[in-house]
Amino acid sequence: MSLVETIKISLDALRINKVRSILTMLGVVIGVAAVIILVSLGEGARQYIRKEFGSLGTNILIVVPGKTAREGGMHMGTSAVRKLVYDDALLIKRRSIHVVYSVPVIVGTSWVKYRGRSRDTYVVGVTEEYFPARNLQVDLGRNLNHEDVQYRRRVCILGRTVKRDLFGDRNPLGQAIKIGDGRYRVIGVMKRKGVTLGYDLDDVVFIPTTVATELFDTDALFNITVKARSEEVVDDAKRDIREILRRRHAGREDFTVLSQDEMLEVMGKVLTIMTSVLAGIAAISLIVGGIGIMNIMLVSVRERTREIGLRKAVGATNEDILFQFLTESTVLSLIGGVTGIGLGIGVSLLVPQLVSYLPSKIATWSVFVAFFFSGLVGIASGVYPALKAARYDPIVALRYE
Amino acid sequence: MGRGWIEVLKGVDLMVNRGEFVAIMGPSGSGKSTLLNIIGCLDRPTEGEYLLDGIRVEDLGDRELAEIRNKKIGFIFQNFNLLPRMPAWRNVELPLLYRGVHPKKRKEMALQVLEKVGLADRAEHRPSELSGGEQQRVAIARAIVGGPTVLLADEPTGNLDSASGWQVMETLRNLNREGSTIILVTHNPEVAGFAERILTLKEGFLRDEFS
Repeated sequence: MSLVETIKISLDALRINKVRSILTMLGVVIGVAAVIILVSLGEGARQYIRKEFGSLGTNILIVVPGKTAREGGMHMGTSAVRKLVYDDALLIKRRSIHVVYSVPVIVGTSWVKYRGRSRDTYVVGVTEEYFPARNLQVDLGRNLNHEDVQYRRRVCILGRTVKRDLFGDRNPLGQAIKIGDGRYRVIGVMKRKGVTLGYDLDDVVFIPTTVATELFDTDALFNITVKARSEEVVDDAKRDIREILRRRHAGREDFTVLSQDEMLEVMGKVLTIMTSVLAGIAAISLIVGGIGIMNIMLVSVRERTREIGLRKAVGATNEDILFQFLTESTVLSLIGGVTGIGLGIGVSLLVPQLVSYLPSKIATWSVFVAFFFSGLVGIASGVYPALKAARYDPIVALRYE
Repeated sequence: MGRGWIEVLKGVDLMVNRGEFVAIMGPSGSGKSTLLNIIGCLDRPTEGEYLLDGIRVEDLGDRELAEIRNKKIGFIFQNFNLLPRMPAWRNVELPLLYRGVHPKKRKEMALQVLEKVGLADRAEHRPSELSGGEQQRVAIARAIVGGPTVLLADEPTGNLDSASGWQVMETLRNLNREGSTIILVTHNPEVAGFAERILTLKEGFLRDEFS
């Protein structure tokens, strides 16, 4: 008997008990849909992070103090972490031919005031190299320049949000604002940038690093943002930075150099684990669905004992019967699988529309895997009932009431 | 149904010729059905020899037995054993399905034999929409659709009133006149009367009424 005919017979049998078939399918539908939805949420989060970190630029390296960022270990006892200072950043640029920009960054928060208005915001100390390094643009006025940094000029560039809060629609250029106790002249306003890496680049005030050390009364850098000459030399630049800083830090590597890829990798790992755990839990419901199918198939085999007997009497082999019931459970499961895929894709597309902070991206592989597994579940749950049916003695089966 | 071992058939020596209409009678529990199951290749004898159309049946495996049932045997049961959800013609085509006949051809053949048993206009009816006599004639159509060597009827009138029973037996007699070999099991002498030869099975031994 051909496969097409066997499938037709299965569909007929499933149609006879329509409600029962649909309810049985539901387990698989939910399982498959859940797998697809959870994977696409995970995938969405991954893409979101990639986009966020991607905005750093692929040839950006970030040097942070301490050796903890990646290994995640704790420093025990005596090993005091030496801070990164302004001169470290300058030295990196001077010594490594692979580095174009090396920016010492200090971050703090402070009140900024202009006449009656004020705002508590991030104050970021940078050099003139920061803007080209991070691809930030000044919309109005000018960028910091070397002299601003060298001569510790009290000048500042405002993020969009800060500008709006303090000045409204007025032109802020040339005005003096108060940051902490000092007066700073506004020389520029940033182009709107939005949120990246969890902090709002519009809600900041940039000042020269040299001024920031005075403002926050520290020479410890938040990080050193380095831009390599090109993507190809990122690794060379990284090696150079390590070498240079290790020498300055008495041979100890008490700092960490992170590239965008490494940051992505760490985040990606966490996400992969989370996604797998969630998808695994969803897969359990697929197994439960399979048990449901097995249960119904056993009932169905019993109900159709006479039919099995008759089919055997008119010439069906054991294999014919086995195959018929196996096909039935597989068809049932696959219909559930396809429905579940539809539902999963639908919900995955709908979620970001309804909940704006939940990105989702349908992973093609998850659709195939879900389809494959629903087929597998169908076969696995059909084997036992089908074997049972195939082994019926036709004489006994024909007499069954 | 216990697991015990009961010897049902002891001395059965039977030869049925092509084109014969044989009735086997006997009280219930005499082993009529067991004999018929063996003849129909649903069961194998524990001892002895059974030749069907020159084939030694006791040597065959399950798969070959299924093929023999499919091609050489046509069963007619007391309780019809029609599949309730299928229209008459789909019940009739069933043996052809397991023979791998093309669907179109199957339907054609099914309709042909339904016409032969006088149910051409009932082809699309489900068993529940047919009378008992009609259902049994659908079953007969199913039994003959594959052109079997022998038709086996196990109390074919057992569930029917006498009028439809009579009609079913008429149908069988006509088939026999057209050349079908028929072995009929019944405990009803009137029904057995349709056969040319009547045998009695008693305590495991088969006797010819007229010998």
